[in-house]
Formats: sequence, structure tokens, C-alpha cells
Amino acid sequence: MSATLQPFRSRLKKPVPVEKSTIVETTTDRIFLIGVKVMLTVALVAVLIPLVYVVANSFSSASAVSSGRVFLWPIEPSLRGYQEALSDPQILKGYYNSLIYAVGGTLISVTLTIAIAYPLSRKTFFGRNVIMSGLLFTMLFSGGLIPTYLVVQDLHMLNTRWAMVIPSAIGVWQVIIARTFFRSTIPDDLYEAAVLDGASDLRFLWSVVLPLSKPVIAVIALMYAIFQWNTYFDALIYLKDPGLYPLQIVLRNILILNSTTGSAADVAATLERQQLANVLKYALIVISSLPVLLIYPFIARHFTKGVMVGAVKG
Amino acid sequence: MSGTIEVKPAPPAPVRKQAVTPARRIKRPSRWTEARRSFRRHWQLYLLIVVPVAYFVIFKYIPISNAVIAFKDYSPIKGPWGSEWVGFQNFELFFANPVFWTLVKNTFLLAAYTVLASFPIPIILAIALNEIRTGFFKKTVQLVTYAPYFISTVVVVSMTILVLSPQIGFVDDVIGLFGIPEADFLGDPNYFRHIYVWSDVWQTTGYSAVIYLAALAGIDPALHESAKIDGASRIKRILHVDLPGIMPTAVIILVLGVGNIMSIGFEKAFLFQNPLNLAQSEIIATYVYKTGLLNADFSMATAVGLFNSVINLFLLLFVNFAAKRITGNGLWS
Repeated sequence: MSATLQPFRSRLKKPVPVEKSTIVETTTDRIFLIGVKVMLTVALVAVLIPLVYVVANSFSSASAVSSGRVFLWPIEPSLRGYQEALSDPQILKGYYNSLIYAVGGTLISVTLTIAIAYPLSRKTFFGRNVIMSGLLFTMLFSGGLIPTYLVVQDLHMLNTRWAMVIPSAIGVWQVIIARTFFRSTIPDDLYEAAVLDGASDLRFLWSVVLPLSKPVIAVIALMYAIFQWNTYFDALIYLKDPGLYPLQIVLRNILILNSTTGSAADVAATLERQQLANVLKYALIVISSLPVLLIYPFIARHFTKGVMVGAVKG
Repeated sequence: MSGTIEVKPAPPAPVRKQAVTPARRIKRPSRWTEARRSFRRHWQLYLLIVVPVAYFVIFKYIPISNAVIAFKDYSPIKGPWGSEWVGFQNFELFFANPVFWTLVKNTFLLAAYTVLASFPIPIILAIALNEIRTGFFKKTVQLVTYAPYFISTVVVVSMTILVLSPQIGFVDDVIGLFGIPEADFLGDPNYFRHIYVWSDVWQTTGYSAVIYLAALAGIDPALHESAKIDGASRIKRILHVDLPGIMPTAVIILVLGVGNIMSIGFEKAFLFQNPLNLAQSEIIATYVYKTGLLNADFSMATAVGLFNSVINLFLLLFVNFAAKRITGNGLWS
């Protein structure tokens, strides 16, 4: 960057260090930059406060939470909320189910996505534009909730684990990301060479394309996994058996519908239960979001790349 | 099932018996010859794609055909195609229903508000992040603002409810410092839209900014350098280099946002809903769920959903057309 500016540098009055901007900043620019930093700090704080607030509450005592005394630091530190949350069989079952849906669903989704994205990335595949338009159309127009429900019903998937992973198996966005990746990183020459060596299409996909595509496979796998972990809508409409409920439905029942288990006999116990219910909610929020938030910083970079690849038109 | 694949048994190519001139031999083979040749050579690829294509046919296209029950009196025994036709009766009933205008109004206002708030803010965030040099601060801001995207809707909604709760939430205490009286945010329908939209902004701004950051990174640095040499201030460069640079991306995002305006998320509205705020929180999507699955009025719910989808599609086509006219950018060229 500085090399291109070499001829102009002599015109400046002061010599400017190369690492910094090659042009002197004006006062307004500096004020503007400070304004930008203040704004970003505000954004940072605005996003952080609710998160810190929840964590602080989750580690506080039930009475401190219920009286609203906790703000950004735990008061009367206690792990009661976590104990309560982790001893609830409903929550553990939800955790287990969500894990199954996330792992199984991701495996199915990734396999199917590659199976459609790879052929669509090949120029020799006849009819790929027709199929691609068919996929894109489903992004713009859908039959709607009830007609889809009828299909799932006709397939006898209602109230089975399949309903959680099959109807939402392929995302068009992920197909676009994978296809774009295959098309832009696997050169045609590589295919020609493999064919000369006697490889079939499937062999080429398995032995050459997939090993070269680990980054994009990781990205779409994570997208599917996080989607599965966070979704509740499919469970709400397709599942009736509480034994199959994913974590998000359990969370909804406890956090939003306030349906805590057990009934208390006397008033004091009821009050205690209510107080406990509040701190339990905060602990539950932390427990359920933790897996995703813990792995997120490590994958954010790849995720960002995926979004960028997807943003490339065509 | 293979309706979307253009692989039909090719008719025998019309072969002329005359001597083939060299010019003809160079000519591109006909589409059918091409298809047949591709199929024979790459049959494995076609095999690979069968299951995913079947998925799209079964879970996307059959539902579209199932939508005919909007024009029928659906009977589970007779199935979607065997049920009696009733013409536009379901639509007429819906339009005549007093709830119709409330639903349309609630859906439209909520969606428009969401688009208006969540369209410019990520752009501002991306430009601000782009202005400061890479470093700890920038990375922190980006990582933290991006994080809420990974939290589930259920959790975001319950966090919002807890934070806004008059007894245990902190928002009441904070606004109390400024002399604003406590309010029951979730019980008052007038607050519903603000809560919905701003919790959405909280959750998605960092994620949406990524696309704009990518667009900003794609701007030729020479443009910035020459603007600097010409004496352009930071603000001037944002206005005349950055903004035009991300314009195509912004238009696409806006068109998609407006196109989805009527299909605004069922998930969140439904979670925020309670009997007290229903006057503003009942939107088309939640109504479809209630009529269809809770009251089992499949035909009516499908009619309402179809009405919604069609409006959506027309909005998208219209906005795309307008955007192309005004800015030269659109979803498809």
C-alpha cells in the first residue's frame, strides 16, 4: 500500500511512519474516530449487559434473584439453580434428545447437501440450471405450514424422531455455499487427471473432492448442528410425546410457560419453589446456551467465511 | 418424481444420411444428444442427486401442490385431491372475518418496523468496525456482537422476558433512575412491537454486519488511497467510497428483507405472545398455527397461509423490480 504512494510522500511536510496511515489525519478525522470508538463501545456494552446479567443471576441465591437485587455481579453466591436444573429429569432428557437430533440431523443434512451440491457444481451435469432454479424457487415460495404438515403426516413421521431431522434436512443456502466452494476450489484439470487415472465420478468425489473440501464441510456441518440445537418449531408441531422433546421445547415449557414440576403443599414451600423457579431459569439459560457459545469463538472465523462464500452471487 | 430433472429418455436423434460436412461435425451437439451423453458418462452423479432431489420434491413441491386444499373442504379421509372443491369460499370467509385486518396490520407493521430497524444498523456497525484498525478492541466488539446469533430464539425471548419483568428484571430499575414509571412491558400490547424488534436487533446485528464487512473488504484499496490524496475526510470517504461499494449487497439484503416482510417469524412472535398483548402480537403466522393445528381447520389455515405467501412473492418481485430500476441491482440479473 505504501509502495504505491512513494512518489507522493515527498509532497507531505512531515515524514510519516510507514506502519501508520500514509496520510496525516485531520482533527475532524480524529474526533470522528473517537466517536466511532465510543459508538462501538456502546454497542459492546449493550450486547454484553444482558449476557452478564443472566450469568450473574444464575450464580446468585434464590431470594436475591427474586427480589431483583442482582445486576452484574452475583449476590449471595450459590449454585442452587444449577443443582436444581441438572437434577431435573425433563431437562436431562431434553439435552439427550437435542444431542441425538443435532448429531443425527447434521450427518443426514451434510450427506444430502453434498450429494446435491457436488453434481450441481459440475459443468458437465446436464439440467443443473433447472434443478438450481427449482431449489431457489423454494426459497421464495412455499406451500405453507399445513400442507407440509400433511406430508409429514402421510409419511407417518408424526411423533417420531424422524420428524425432527428429515423435513428440514437440506437448506438451500448451504447447498449454495457448498456448490460455490466446489466450483471455485476444485479445478477441472484435477478431474481430468483423475479420469485419466481411471477414477469414476464417485471415486473422484470421495478421494479428491471431499478431502479438499474439509473447511466447507465443517462450516455447513456447524450451521446445521447449531440450527438443530436451537430449533423448537418442528418439535412443537410434529411431536406429542414428551419423551422425544428437544431441549428447546423443555426450555419453552419451563421458561416461558412457567410450568414447573411438582406441587407444593403449604404457602412457605410454594414461595420457596417460586423463588427457586426464578434462579433455575437463569441457570437453565446458561446451561442450554453454553455448548454453542463455548465452541463459537473457535468456529466464528470459519462461520464468517461461510457467510461470505454464500454472499457471492451465482 | 423426476419432474425437475431434465433427464428423459432421449428420442433417437434425427440422423441425416447425407455426407456430413466438416462444418456440421464441429457444430454443437443437440440438447438431447448432450443430455444422453452426460447421463451415460456421469450416471453416478445422477444417482447421487436422486435422494436430495426427491427430498425437495417431497418436502417442498408436494406441499405446494397440497396447498390446493385452500380451495377445498379438506377431509382427511379423502385426501387433498379427493376433497370437495369449494372455490374461494375459504378466502372469502377469511376476508370477511373481523380479525383479517388486524392480522394484516399487525403482520405488516411488525415486519416493516423490523426491516427499518434491522437494515441500517448492521451497515453502521460494519462501517464503524471497518474504520478502526484490526486489533484487540475490534476483534472483541466483533466477537461479542456476533455471539447472540448463536443463542436460540427460546432463550433470547426468555432472557428478554426476565430482563423486562417488573419484579426481577433490571430494565425497570434503570428507567426508574430517569424518573420513568415502571411498566408491565409484556402485558401492554403497545410495547410488543418495540420488544420484538429491538430484541431482534440485539440478536442479529453482529451476524448481519459480517456480510457488509465482507463487502467493505472487497472495495479496492486504491479508491481509498486516491480519495485520501484528494483530501477526503473519513466521513467523506465513507459517503463516497464505502457506501457506494456496499450498495449492491445492501440492495440484495433489503429486497430479501422486504420480500419476507409478511412471513415474519412465527417462532418469536409466538413465544412473546400472551393473552394480554394479543391485540398486537397476533400475526398471520401465529393465526395459521392456531386455526390449522390447534383448531384442525386445515383448509382455512392453508388459505390464510397461501394468501400470505402470494403477497410475499408479489412484494419480492415488485421490490426487486423497483430496486433494479433505481440502482441497477437486483436478486437476479
